[in-house]
Amino acid sequence: MLKDITIGQYFPMNSVIHRLDPRFKIVITLIFIVMLFTGESFICLGISAVYTLIAVLLSRIKFKMFMKSIKPLMPFLLITAVLNLLFMGDGEVYFHWKFIKITSDGINVSVFMIIRIVLLIMGSSLLTYTTSPITLTDAVERLLSPLKRFKFPVHELAMMMSIALRFIPTLIEETDKIISAQKARGAEIDTGSITNRAKNMVSILIPLFISAFRRADELATAMECRCYNGGEGRTRLRQLKSKLRDYTALSVTILFFVCVILLNIFI
Amino acid sequence: MAVLKTEQLTYVYSQGTPFEKTAIDHVNLEINEGEIIGIMGHTGSGKSTLIQHFNGLLKATSGKIYLDGKDIWADKSEIRSVRFKVGLVFQYPEYQIFEETVYKDIAFGCKNMGLDEAEIKRRVIETAYDIGLPEEILEKSPFELSGGQKRLVAIAGVMAMNPRVLILDEPSASLDPAGRDRIFDCIKAYHKKTKNTILIVSHSMEDIARFADRILVMNNAGVFCFDETEKVFSRAEEISKIGLDVPQITKVFLELKKYGLDFGKKVYTVEYAKELILKNLRERGIVC
Ligand SMILES: Nc1ncnc2c1ncn2[C@@H]1O[C@H](COP(=O)(O)OP(=O)(O)O)[C@@H](O)[C@H]1O
Ligand SMILES: [Mg+2]
Repeated sequence: MLKDITIGQYFPMNSVIHRLDPRFKIVITLIFIVMLFTGESFICLGISAVYTLIAVLLSRIKFKMFMKSIKPLMPFLLITAVLNLLFMGDGEVYFHWKFIKITSDGINVSVFMIIRIVLLIMGSSLLTYTTSPITLTDAVERLLSPLKRFKFPVHELAMMMSIALRFIPTLIEETDKIISAQKARGAEIDTGSITNRAKNMVSILIPLFISAFRRADELATAMECRCYNGGEGRTRLRQLKSKLRDYTALSVTILFFVCVILLNIFI
Repeated sequence: MAVLKTEQLTYVYSQGTPFEKTAIDHVNLEINEGEIIGIMGHTGSGKSTLIQHFNGLLKATSGKIYLDGKDIWADKSEIRSVRFKVGLVFQYPEYQIFEETVYKDIAFGCKNMGLDEAEIKRRVIETAYDIGLPEEILEKSPFELSGGQKRLVAIAGVMAMNPRVLILDEPSASLDPAGRDRIFDCIKAYHKKTKNTILIVSHSMEDIARFADRILVMNNAGVFCFDETEKVFSRAEEISKIGLDVPQITKVFLELKKYGLDFGKKVYTVEYAKELILKNLRERGIVC
């Protein structure tokens, strides 16, 4: 079911990772991503993997949940890996047939890339799994607030983001309901021929768009009724305060990052 | 023989995640051909989950479900034919409408059944007539209609498939009293004409009492009671305890009984109450 999509989902718990300041978490995640892509050898990747593993364990979120977020991207992963495997030219040749060559380089690159992307997904899932969407957008707004000076609509951007995040589960639920309703009328959605399925997509998309527009309209009215007029002069219910543990987490991340850079230089 | 039967039916949402929730828990039911069953229960008691099992939209976590004595999941590829035999009208069915004309939307289910054009046309026109949609509406866009009319169109779409069991999930939710009466009248007329089995989820006790043969009361994912209408409402106090209400008129009569005025019968509808009171007065020689 669509319900099982876990990207962008939040698991309310009370681990160390959950309690970190969301601003720090975002910055840490960014450093982590850069670290993943600067690492050029398997050792660097191993360090990133260790880092990810520690964070995952600390979050106390079941490993299965991460597998779930990787699953939908599996086909994409496999296709790129196979392409790399077949067409990377250099290194020792293991197998050769017409224009297809499997080489040691090919294998290395595909494995490297798969691990890198899996770690990327795990790390970024960890951010959304452990941070509620509201705090997340709050933090984005804070982090971007220096840009306000250049007339960049930071508040509007954050508001749009939080509304979008807020409506992902709603729309997924809605889609589920519409699919069920059309299936109840005998529509073939996950069975039958491709053309039939494509035709039946219309029966899902039209009601979905109508309801999305209706919701947007209702939300706009509701916001106006509560005198919403942008970010000017708004105060916050939740104040973000950074604590010692936030700085510790940041320092540890930077330490890992420095290790990766040093290894890159010396290996 | 029972047309629908469940055995230890259990369904768990999001199994294995922190959001795990048992929505129905070991439910055993038997529903006979031609019956009208009313389904009641507080919000979240598992009514919608239960009925989505009857046409195979949800597959039970454990337990079995039989249609005409045959396990509906015996052959997975046959599940679509189950959906033609057991028609399900969702809550707020007007949100499933998508075709350009009312005619096409009502015909959608029939078309999926693979009926020929002539038969589809016959069914659509007949159903629209039965349900009281004027013929000129058929060529209009469904999005021009009022909320109540849209809902009728959506219900007609399932009725036109002529399922042996018709299930409706809160068909009268958020309609005004006139719209509500209209829907219930349509369902009643449909039952009279087709003699098909009907299951109807509703919070409107008055309506359920008026035409259900038996009432299923759900509470916390389980069956609280499943019995003839009369017997269910005679347990008014227990039912109020689980957050449901018996019809107002029944409450009045239960209260009257406390004051020693016992009519000896269970009363659920205002019409019947009127009849009973008049009869009683006549017996006492008072004419009005
Ligand atoms: N798609 C879903 N995912 C997870 N939980 C659900 C879902 N649908 C319903 N539930 C939960 O299952 C329980 C039963 O819901 P439902 O069958 O809709 O009850 P009712 O129709 O009686 O109000 C509720 O507690 C509800 O929160
Ligand atoms: Mg419901």
